[in-house]
Amino acid sequence: MNNYIWLIPLFPLAGFLINGLCRRFLTKTFSGVISSAMVLASFVVSCVVFSAVRVPGFTPQTIHLFDFISAGTLHIPFDFYIDQLTSLFLLIITGVGFLIHVYSTAYMHEETGEGFARYFSYLNLFVFMMLLLVMGANYVIMFVGWEGVGLCSYLLIGFWFKNKAFNDAAVKAFVMNRIGDLGFIIGLFLMIKTFGSLTFTEVFPQAAGMTMGAGVLTAITLLLFIGATGKSAQIPLYTWLPDAMAGPTPVSALIHAATMVTAGVYMIARSNILYTLAPGTETIVAIIGVATAVFAASIALKQHDIKKVLAYSTVSQLGYMFLGLGVGAYTGAVFHVMTHAFFKALLFLGAGSVIHAMGGEQDMRKMGGLKSKMKITYWTFLIACVAIAGIPPLSGFFSKDEILGQAFGVNAIYWVVGVLGALMTAFYMFRALSMTFHGKFRGTEEQARHVHESPALMTIPLIILAILAFAGGWVGIPKLYGGHHQLGAFLAPVFAQSKVLAPQRELTSATEWILVIVTTVLVIIFALWAWMKYSRYQDTGKEATGLSKVLENKWYGDEIYAAVIVRPVRAISGWLNADMEKYGVDGIVNGVGKVVLWGGRQLRLIQSGQVGFYMFSMVIGMIILLVIAFFI
Amino acid sequence: MPIQSYIWLAITLFSIGVIGVLIRRNAIIIFMCIELMLNAVNLLLVAFSKYHHDASAQIFVFFIMVVAAAEVSVGLAIIVMVYRKTKSVDVNILNRLKN
Amino acid sequence: MSLQVILFWILAVISILSAIGVVVAKNPVHSVLLLIVTFFTIAGFYIMLNAQFLAVVHIIVYAGAIMVLFLFVIMLMNLNASFEPQKNNLVKFAGVISGGLLLIVLVAALRKADTGLLIQGSSGIGLVRNLGKTLFKDFVMPFEVSSILFLSAMIGAIVIGKKE
Repeated sequence: MNNYIWLIPLFPLAGFLINGLCRRFLTKTFSGVISSAMVLASFVVSCVVFSAVRVPGFTPQTIHLFDFISAGTLHIPFDFYIDQLTSLFLLIITGVGFLIHVYSTAYMHEETGEGFARYFSYLNLFVFMMLLLVMGANYVIMFVGWEGVGLCSYLLIGFWFKNKAFNDAAVKAFVMNRIGDLGFIIGLFLMIKTFGSLTFTEVFPQAAGMTMGAGVLTAITLLLFIGATGKSAQIPLYTWLPDAMAGPTPVSALIHAATMVTAGVYMIARSNILYTLAPGTETIVAIIGVATAVFAASIALKQHDIKKVLAYSTVSQLGYMFLGLGVGAYTGAVFHVMTHAFFKALLFLGAGSVIHAMGGEQDMRKMGGLKSKMKITYWTFLIACVAIAGIPPLSGFFSKDEILGQAFGVNAIYWVVGVLGALMTAFYMFRALSMTFHGKFRGTEEQARHVHESPALMTIPLIILAILAFAGGWVGIPKLYGGHHQLGAFLAPVFAQSKVLAPQRELTSATEWILVIVTTVLVIIFALWAWMKYSRYQDTGKEATGLSKVLENKWYGDEIYAAVIVRPVRAISGWLNADMEKYGVDGIVNGVGKVVLWGGRQLRLIQSGQVGFYMFSMVIGMIILLVIAFFI
Repeated sequence: MPIQSYIWLAITLFSIGVIGVLIRRNAIIIFMCIELMLNAVNLLLVAFSKYHHDASAQIFVFFIMVVAAAEVSVGLAIIVMVYRKTKSVDVNILNRLKN
Repeated sequence: MSLQVILFWILAVISILSAIGVVVAKNPVHSVLLLIVTFFTIAGFYIMLNAQFLAVVHIIVYAGAIMVLFLFVIMLMNLNASFEPQKNNLVKFAGVISGGLLLIVLVAALRKADTGLLIQGSSGIGLVRNLGKTLFKDFVMPFEVSSILFLSAMIGAIVIGKKE
């Protein structure tokens, strides 16, 4: 395995270089094929790796490539670390990534040749960075990938850079991520100070030897978590993700739903020992997670832009993953990452297919009745909706149920709030489904004529993802339903130590059945309610009032940030520019010059030409030097 | 004979030399006081040479003597020239070099 | 009290007193003569420290050459009239104070230096043969360079002392 592991990131990097350097000469077909093929090749190698890792008795391996940083006692090699968690993420990234590449070749066909190649080079670079992130054997490699995906996200959100609003969204995403990254990197420095290393295999055993709830661990984990809130769009740094929908839709599917935003989840799952040993942080993670889940879901209830609905849905689902991490359900969180990658990619690609058919229209109020004209898109979208709503036996049910079940074991309030979020999820997803595909067509005449099913290159990825979204959860069927939870068994070695340190509370079968049945019944009721209500949707054009208006305006989150953070910062920087710069900085600089001139004039007088005085000064100086050397 | 005795003696001679340099105005006396300081150091070096059984220190003394002889020849020549110009060997006269 | 210690104290007292005399004597000729006394006592210390060769060289170079040079210059200038403009008393006082301060600081600094006894008896390192070997083995380069120093000092003295 050691001889070919480096091929996995190398292929996308090669694709990036080919597409990036030769973008002026490549035909669209060639650049589309080459970049998809590169990701496919990575996927094939990942499958080989996965089959090797699946063998029972596999021990995690570190593959040394070269020395990266070496300073004093700190050594940071450029190593890859392969274990069960990594191999699973490799499959998700390259697998879903490949499907989205294929989909993109059709979706982006209206771009010019150069823009097309640029798009695919970014996409390949993104896959490369994401692979680095999950394969790195230490936090620095992870951080390189972490920053790299942030960069790609920026590039792709602002892909249509001629539109100022899109550029602003890209900058916003970049800045928000940067705030989180600051926390992350401070966490890394603290880690160097505490453990003297950033390599997983050196940090974790040292951490495992520390006492539960040690202050430094809490500090490290909190700082890392700040990084995760930035990358994974949690409260309070979530606002960039909905705006990131400015990018092309497949990008939203790949970066802002399936892979990049799960980086925070991966990081915490990877550092699970640290988090298990910091119960204070765990509680904060869980609270932030569940709050984000329900908060974002409530916003999604009233959005009209189909991509915005999906964006807030993503934020909400990420909240569930963090809830899972916070309550120690690491397997559940990773499981949800996987199923979420399937159905959220599917939803975005389905939405992309709709937008493509509607000629760029994203407002659901202008859609409706597309069911008959876009059969494949409709059915796949429906499967994704059912999956994300958590209706058995589709994938979302198992993963969400596992998280909620364990959350109940820790604190029933988590469960209640989580279920509330799940109900809202069911409601807004079916609202989106109904508004888009049911009822009467509300668009223009021209759009009605233009509507068509998307080409095969777009529908085939949809179908594959639909199958995965449907059946993907079956790898983790818990014992309750007579399954074996193969995923749990597969990932068990990664989380083994945390399991020992903080054993999960087992719920009785009866409790579990009650919880599951209550949730499922409520979810189905809410789904049907939304379906009934919005199938007959008419755009009345009325202004929303009361709570719906607040929700439509996203709880005024952006406005609050503008008032609380942006305006004061602007005011302070204005003051700094006007007064501080003029009197403070300039004053200091000019003052230094003046003091030196004045001092020089005074010191000049000492040189009197009196040799006796010189000798006297010399003796005094000698005495002072001796005193300093011997007594101080 | 403890080595400390030689250290105290050398320090005393050195300090007397320093005081002489500071309180006299006659350039020749100042010169002689510098010779006194050099000799205090020489004495200390020889004492250490004995203490550490190392001949190198004595060689250093030898070189210091060499430098002192060279210094005296040049220094006295300067003083003679100053005297010729100013009819005085007062160091305070030397501040006329300023202009 | 061995003979050595008695000898040391006698020589020490003479050398310190004559050194003080160098500083305070009004007549420069007296200063020179007292300095020669100091040099002789130092030569005595050299012999006590088994540095016989150095003692001889010391007397030849200092008493025989350098001090004679001083005497020549003083007599040439006719300075024995002991006419010297005195510094004012405040400056003198300050000079003595700072010199005393230096003494105290040095003593205090070296108070804790390791104390050891000088081994009695001749070790032979101060003999000509021994010193010659060291000088021409380990220090042959500085030795040769010092000849250049002498040459330049000689030329310098001639150039400075030459009438225009």
